[in-house]
Amino acid sequence: MQDKLQASYKQLEMKSKYTNMFLRWFLYFALILFALYFIFPLYVMVVTSLKTMEEIRQGTLLTWPSGLNFDSWAVAWGGRGYGAGDTFLRPYFWNSFKMVIPAVFFSTFIGAMTGYVLTKWRFKGDQWVFLFLLFGCFIPFQAILLPMARTLGVLGISNSIIGLVLVHTVYGIPFTTLFFRNYYISVPTELVKAARIDGAGFFKIFFKILLPISAPIIVVTVIWQFTQIWNDFLFGSTFSFGKAAPIQVALNNMVLSSTSVKEYNVDMASAIIAGIPTLIVYVLAGKYFIRGLTSGAVKG
Amino acid sequence: MKTLRIEELSKNFGSTEVLRKINLEIDEGNFLVLLGPSGCGKSTLLNIIAGLETINEGNVHIDDYNVSKVEPKDRNIAMVFQSYALYPSMNVRENMIFGLKQAKVSKEKIEEQLEKVSRFLQVDALLERKPSQLSGGQRQRVAIGRALVREPRIFLFDEPLSNLDAKLRVEMRREIKKLHQQLKTTVVYVTHDQTEAMSLGTNIAIMNHGVIQQNDTPENIYNKPSNTFVADFIGSPSMNLIKGNLKESSNKISFIANGSKVEIPINGYNFNEKSNLNNKEVFFGIRPEHIFFKKSNESDFEITLKADLSEYIGHEQIMTFDYENQEVLAKFPSTIKIELAKNTNLFFDLTQISLFDAKTEERI
Repeated sequence: MQDKLQASYKQLEMKSKYTNMFLRWFLYFALILFALYFIFPLYVMVVTSLKTMEEIRQGTLLTWPSGLNFDSWAVAWGGRGYGAGDTFLRPYFWNSFKMVIPAVFFSTFIGAMTGYVLTKWRFKGDQWVFLFLLFGCFIPFQAILLPMARTLGVLGISNSIIGLVLVHTVYGIPFTTLFFRNYYISVPTELVKAARIDGAGFFKIFFKILLPISAPIIVVTVIWQFTQIWNDFLFGSTFSFGKAAPIQVALNNMVLSSTSVKEYNVDMASAIIAGIPTLIVYVLAGKYFIRGLTSGAVKG
Repeated sequence: MKTLRIEELSKNFGSTEVLRKINLEIDEGNFLVLLGPSGCGKSTLLNIIAGLETINEGNVHIDDYNVSKVEPKDRNIAMVFQSYALYPSMNVRENMIFGLKQAKVSKEKIEEQLEKVSRFLQVDALLERKPSQLSGGQRQRVAIGRALVREPRIFLFDEPLSNLDAKLRVEMRREIKKLHQQLKTTVVYVTHDQTEAMSLGTNIAIMNHGVIQQNDTPENIYNKPSNTFVADFIGSPSMNLIKGNLKESSNKISFIANGSKVEIPINGYNFNEKSNLNNKEVFFGIRPEHIFFKKSNESDFEITLKADLSEYIGHEQIMTFDYENQEVLAKFPSTIKIELAKNTNLFFDLTQISLFDAKTEERI
């Protein structure tokens, strides 16, 4: 009897071992498959950008380039050097920076302030303010184009980088407020009370006590805002043209307005260049991203 | 001159009345504990004393000066919070001197205070650490230190021990008691823990539904609860409240429990008002620890009850008896053996009883 039981347990043990092994391999297989699926477009972009037009015409999408040929990158960045109709990314790349940095800074700062007030200096009707701000997150980009164009016109800053900074700051505030509000709600209000008894005022409490413990959520907000604003095409193409355009608009102009042959290698190189800054931000701050998104409890 | 005097204080949040006509006074050097169940308004009252909440009606005086509209920092108070509320980004030193720096106290004075207090609380070795690197007890100590360096007139404690584990809580409780004995500063201390309240307070104000039910010494709170709420709230297990009637005949007063024929003589009871007692509906209050298994006092009243339930908790046992369908709890040393479902002779210590009007629930 005892032996029989033992034997059947052994059998069950083996069975569960094989099941687990199979499932594990299946998991890895699926994961690798998905990874390949996602990396495939990037691979095509990179190899294409390194090929000459000759190679592109003769080979397939997947063919390995004959050598490291950065000519198309140089053209995408700096142009060919002839006058009219030569669009290249360099000036627009800096345009984008001039737009992104202030817009990210202001929207993050204002969001932090608003989140601070909504959680630590509650006032009558503050839930309504928050609700309306939240509502702002759900307003589609397209819906604000006309009113925004009018506003920019009245202010006299349409087709300028300052105008774009304003648009992105305003549009970003609901999101940044949401982030900071949700972060600060988990910070014990007793901290603020203690600071008030210690004699610190509204701004001192914000700068000395809350802001120093906000690093995780600042990182999240900066990544989010940077990606949003850098990658934005709609606002850029609507509110700016010509010299004031950000990089995504320039990229579009470059790819779509080529008059002669489609230069896939230059297009690919341009697309990669336009994507590099967000990539860098993610790599540098990425590990804080998840931590910040999931962190709530600030244990003092 | 009272260190703290609160007059006719009322507070509501919207339509919810949180505090109703609170009157409270504390003498210099006293330790007042605000005790009550959660939601009774005790923390709100403390926040009002601190100036962190506004007042709807009434006034708060500190040293006879009306501070009702004075900023928290100018009230000469310091507060210790339940979550310690140490500033996470600052080290212990910065935490402790933050208030003094805000008040623009001179550097020498700050250093002097810091050294004195940190040595006194034995946190001088921790000055460079961040709050996250401290244990619960150390954090508590730093939080107290931050309050101490300000040399306040009144210390406010908001459930400072609730976040600690049971063992540490008892230790810190003793430390706070020692601290008060040494410094003799006036303290207002909020807690929902009756043991804390009893052991720390020179006065206890028991609150419920925004009203102070009784404000008295711990002895009086325990021995002479002013209503059934206080009687029920203090003590573990709480006071038995047996429903019944009084009977007055030829200068003899006795209590008869509902459904019972036994007359318990209560001639020795100190009535607040000795009139209209006959047939009055009352609660007969006796604490579980005042019911004995052996006669210990001449005045003890012998009664026979059936044991229903026994809860063993180590050094003692809590027995539940049936008294004409009313539960009566008694506390005995665990060495005594009592058989369940059998009649047992018990002795009520009649010098320790309380009587309450069944309608008003007030002590009579």
